[in-house]
Amino acid sequence: MRVILIPVLFLCGCAEVWNDPYPASDRGQRVLYSVFSERPKHLDPAQSYTTDESQFTMQVYEPVLQYHYLKRPYQLIPNTAAALPEPRIEQRGGETVSVYEIRIRPGIRFQPHPAFVPANLALDRRRVDALESPYQLPLGTRELTADDYIYQIKRLAHPQLHVPIFGLMSEYIVGLKAYAAALKAAARPGEWLDLRQHPLPGVERVDAHTYRVILKGRYPQFQYWLAMHFFAPIPWEAERFFHQPGMAEKNFTLDWWPVGTGPFMLTENNPNSRMTLVRNPNYRGEPYPSEGEEGDAAAGLLADAGKPMPFIDRAVYTREKEAIPLWNKFLQGYYDSSGISSDNFDQAVRISLEGEPGLSPEMEANGIRMETSVEPTVFYLGANWLDPVVGGAMGGADAERARKLRQALAIAIDWEEYLQVFANGRGVPSHGPIAPGLFGYREGEHGINPLTHEWKEGKAVRRPLEAAKKLLAEAGYPDGRDERTGQPLVLYLDTTTRGPGDKALMDWWRKQFARLSIQFEPRQTDWNRFQEKLRKGNTQLFMVGWRADYPDPENFLFLLNGAQSRAKTQGENASNYSNPEYDALFAQVRHMANTPQRQQLIDRMVEIFRRDAPWIGGFHRKTFGLYHGWLGNVKPNEMSDNKLKYLKVDPERRAAMRLAWNRPVLWPVLLGMLLAAAAVVPAWLAYRRRERMAARPVPAAGA
Amino acid sequence: MFAYIVRRVLYAVPILVGVNLLTFLLFFVVNTPEDMARMQLGAKRVTPEAIEKWKAERGYDKPLLWNAQAGGAGKATQTVFFQKSVRLFAFDFGASEDKRDIASEIGERMWPSLALAVPVFLVGLAVCVSFALLMAFFRATYLDLWGVVLCVAMMSISTLFYIIGGQYLLSKLLHLVPISGYQGGADALRFLFLPVFIGVVAGIGASSRWYRTLFLEEMGRDYVRTARAKGLAERAVLFGHVLQNALIPILTGVVAVIPLLFMGSLLTESFFGIPGLGSYTIDAIQAQDFAVVRAMVFIGSVFYIVGLILTDISYTLVDPRIRLQ
Repeated sequence: MRVILIPVLFLCGCAEVWNDPYPASDRGQRVLYSVFSERPKHLDPAQSYTTDESQFTMQVYEPVLQYHYLKRPYQLIPNTAAALPEPRIEQRGGETVSVYEIRIRPGIRFQPHPAFVPANLALDRRRVDALESPYQLPLGTRELTADDYIYQIKRLAHPQLHVPIFGLMSEYIVGLKAYAAALKAAARPGEWLDLRQHPLPGVERVDAHTYRVILKGRYPQFQYWLAMHFFAPIPWEAERFFHQPGMAEKNFTLDWWPVGTGPFMLTENNPNSRMTLVRNPNYRGEPYPSEGEEGDAAAGLLADAGKPMPFIDRAVYTREKEAIPLWNKFLQGYYDSSGISSDNFDQAVRISLEGEPGLSPEMEANGIRMETSVEPTVFYLGANWLDPVVGGAMGGADAERARKLRQALAIAIDWEEYLQVFANGRGVPSHGPIAPGLFGYREGEHGINPLTHEWKEGKAVRRPLEAAKKLLAEAGYPDGRDERTGQPLVLYLDTTTRGPGDKALMDWWRKQFARLSIQFEPRQTDWNRFQEKLRKGNTQLFMVGWRADYPDPENFLFLLNGAQSRAKTQGENASNYSNPEYDALFAQVRHMANTPQRQQLIDRMVEIFRRDAPWIGGFHRKTFGLYHGWLGNVKPNEMSDNKLKYLKVDPERRAAMRLAWNRPVLWPVLLGMLLAAAAVVPAWLAYRRRERMAARPVPAAGA
Repeated sequence: MFAYIVRRVLYAVPILVGVNLLTFLLFFVVNTPEDMARMQLGAKRVTPEAIEKWKAERGYDKPLLWNAQAGGAGKATQTVFFQKSVRLFAFDFGASEDKRDIASEIGERMWPSLALAVPVFLVGLAVCVSFALLMAFFRATYLDLWGVVLCVAMMSISTLFYIIGGQYLLSKLLHLVPISGYQGGADALRFLFLPVFIGVVAGIGASSRWYRTLFLEEMGRDYVRTARAKGLAERAVLFGHVLQNALIPILTGVVAVIPLLFMGSLLTESFFGIPGLGSYTIDAIQAQDFAVVRAMVFIGSVFYIVGLILTDISYTLVDPRIRLQ
C-alpha cells in the first residue's frame, strides 16, 4: 500500500497536471516542444548532412541565403547576404569561371560564446576538466565578417573532417582539391590547423563584409548550396577554443556545440535525451515575411508581417524512440506538433469519398489541424541497366526485349494501390523523375506518363492490364514464358525487407508480377549487403529513394546520368542507366536557368526516361503533419530547415488545453486500494486463525 | 578466500579475451569496416576516398586478425583486433565512431540506468519474496492456487505488453504520471514511478513462483517441523528459518545480477525515453558502432564475472559451512 501511496502523495504536491513531463517553471513560457528520434551524429555544418541534424544546425548557423518561408515555388532570398549574388562569368588563366561576389550585412553578431573571450583560448586543463558545459565560462561575441564564411569554405577541405560534399565542390571551387592535399601535408597530429594561414585560390576576401567564390565553369545550382549549412560562417576562434586539451574528452567539440549567428543557440546538448535551443540575445531580429502565396493571408500566415523574429524563447527537443509515447504525448498536449505513423493514421485522418484526406472528428474537436505537402523525393523500383534480362546495356534486340518488359511492368505494377495499402495514401505516383512543385515538373494531363496512364475525366488512370500483356508478348514473354526456351520468366527483387511484418509487402509484389504470369523471387538481405550489391551492379530489380538537396530539376535528373553510374563510378545513378541522348541533354540542362528552353529540353529527357523506363514506376512521398491550435505560422516548407524562427506559440491556450486534457483520474486508484485492502483482511484473518490453530483438532469434551 | 578470489580474477582474463574475440568475430562477420564507414558517413555523396579516409582515421585500414605483410609480432599486433582490444584491458574505451568519448558517455548514462534498475531490483525482490512466502504459508489453499495461477498468467505476458498497457492505463487514461521522459535530481521520481512499477509487476510472476518452490522445499524439512513443534510462531518459522535457508538458491540468481543492473534495460529505457546504458547499447548496435558495442560487451562481461565472484562470497556469508578454497 505504501508503495502506491507515497508516490501518489508526492505527486499531489507537484501540480494540477500530474503527467506533465516538463518542469513547472516552463509553464506560461514561450517554449516550443518537439521531438527527435535519431541521435544526431554531427552538428558541424561541414559534416552534417541529415534532416535530423539540420533541425538543430540551421537554427544556429546562418548561410548567406535562405528559402522564402511562404512563397511557392521555392524562392531563394538573402539571409545574411545584402542581396542575392549574381554570378559573373569571367576568363581567368584561359579558363571560364563563375565569380559569386557576396556581400553580407554589417552589424550581425555571433551568439554569446566563450570562444570570443581571448582568455578562454588558453585554458588550464584543470579548468577544462571541471566544466560541465562550455557556457559556464565567461561569454563574449563579435561581429560576423566575410572571413568567417571564407574560413568555413576552407574547412570543406579540412583533412580531419568528413565533408560529404567535398567531392562535388572540389570539381567546382577553384583549387579546392589541391588545397585539401596542401592541408593534409601541413596538418600535424594533435595540433590545431589554422586555416587562416593557408590561402585558397577559389575564395577571395574583398573587404570585411564581402567575399568572392570562384567556380570552374558554370554551376548555377551553386546558389542553392549557398543556402545550406555547408556554407555557413565558422569563426576561427570556435575551432581554436574546442581544440584545447581536455575538450574532446568532455565531448566539447565544434561537432557538438555549434557557434553561430542564427536566432537560436544550443545550450543543452544531450543527444541521448534532450536538446535545448534558446533565443540568441544577439540576434538581429529579422522581420517576418510580409508576402506569401495566395491564401496565406486568409490563413493568418501574414498576421505577423514585419515583426522581428523569433517569436519563441526556447525550443526543447526530447528524444522519443518509440512511436506510442510520442503520439500519446502529442494528444496530451506535451508536443506541439507530430507526424502520423501508420498505427495512428486511422485515428487521425478520415479519407473522404473523393479520396481527399481530412482530420478525424476527434482531432478537430481538440483544435488540431493538419498540413500536407509533397516532399522533394522520389522512391522508385529500379531496373539494373547492366542486368541481361531487365537491363539495356546489352544493346540490339535483347535491349529492345528488355525495354518492352520494363514498360509492361511499369503498367502492371499498381503504385496507386501500393500507396493506399502501405502508405495510407501518403504519396503521389510518379510519372517522371522530377518531384512535384519543382521547375520541370508538369501538372495535369501534360504531366502523365502516356505509357502507363491515360487521362480520363480529369485524372490520370492507369492503363489496362491488357496493354501490359501485349507489351510482354512483344518482349518475347507471352503469358510470362520465354518464347525461346518455354521457361517461365522469373524476376528477382533485391530488398532489405525481410521481417515477418514484411510478408504482406512481399505478397503484394508477388501479386503484381503474377498479374503478368511472371514469377517473382525476393532476394532479401541486410542493408549492408544490399548497398554492396548496388555498388557492384549485382541487382536485378530494387527499390531505393532520393531526397533532393535543392529545388532544381538537375538534382533529380542527374540520378539517371550515365556518368553517375553506381557500378561504374560509385555515383548516385543506382540503376546504372545510360543513354547518350539523355546524357547530352543533361549536360545542356544542368547549367541552364529556368527558361522555356530548359523546360523543353527537360520534357525531352522525361520522354526518353518514360520510353526506356529504367525506373519501373515509383512515387513521391507526401508528408502529413499535425499541429495543435496554439502553434501559429505553420506552413510546410520542404526545403527550409530554419523554420523555427517563424513559429509562435500561445502558452496560455496551451496550458488551458493541457489542464483540460490531463486532469488526474483518481477514483480507479482509490478503488484499487480498497480492493487490495479488502483482499488483505481475509488473508490476515486466515493467518491469525492458522497461528492460533492447534496442531491436531482438539477432541470433543467427553469423547 | 583471498587466494580463491585472486584465482578467479586470473581466470577472468582468458574469459575476457575470449568474449572480446567472439564479439569481434560476430560483429565483423555481419559488418565490414567499409559497411561501418558507410553507415557513419551516410548514404548520399559518399566517395571511395572518404571511406578510405574514415577507415584510416579509426585504424580499420589494417587487416582484421592477421597481418601477413607485417614482420614478427607485428603480424598479430598490427591488426584491428589487437589495436582495438588491448586498450580495453586498461579500461580505455576510446571514442565512439562519431568521436564521442565512450567513458564520458558511460559516466553520464550509468546514473539513469541505475536510477531505474536499482529500485526495480530491490522493490521487486521484496515484493516477490513476500508474495512467495505468502503463497508458501497458505500452501494447498485457494490463496495458493490462485496465487500460482496469477504467477503463471503474469509470466506468460510479454514485458512489452506491461509497458504499453502501463503507459496506457496510468498515464493516458488516469493521467497520473508522464508517459515517458527523464529529468535528473528529485524530478526523476515522477518519471521513474511508472517504469519501476511496471518493472516490478512484470517480474512478479516468474520470480514469485520460483521463490515459492524454494520456500516449499525448505518448509518440508525436519528443522521446520522441529521449529513448529517447539511452539514458534509461523512468522518466526518463515522469516527466521525458512527464508534464511532458502537464501542460497535465491542468492545464486540475485547477486550475480546486481552488477549487471549497471548495464540498464534495453526495452524499458527505449520506451520510457530514459537515457541509460541499455539504450546506448541498442543505439550502437543499430548504428554499427563497433567501439561502443565492444566496450559495452566488455563491461558486461567484467560485471558478470564480478557478480559470480560476489555470489560465491555471499554463500559463505549465509551458510557458515561453505568455505572458499
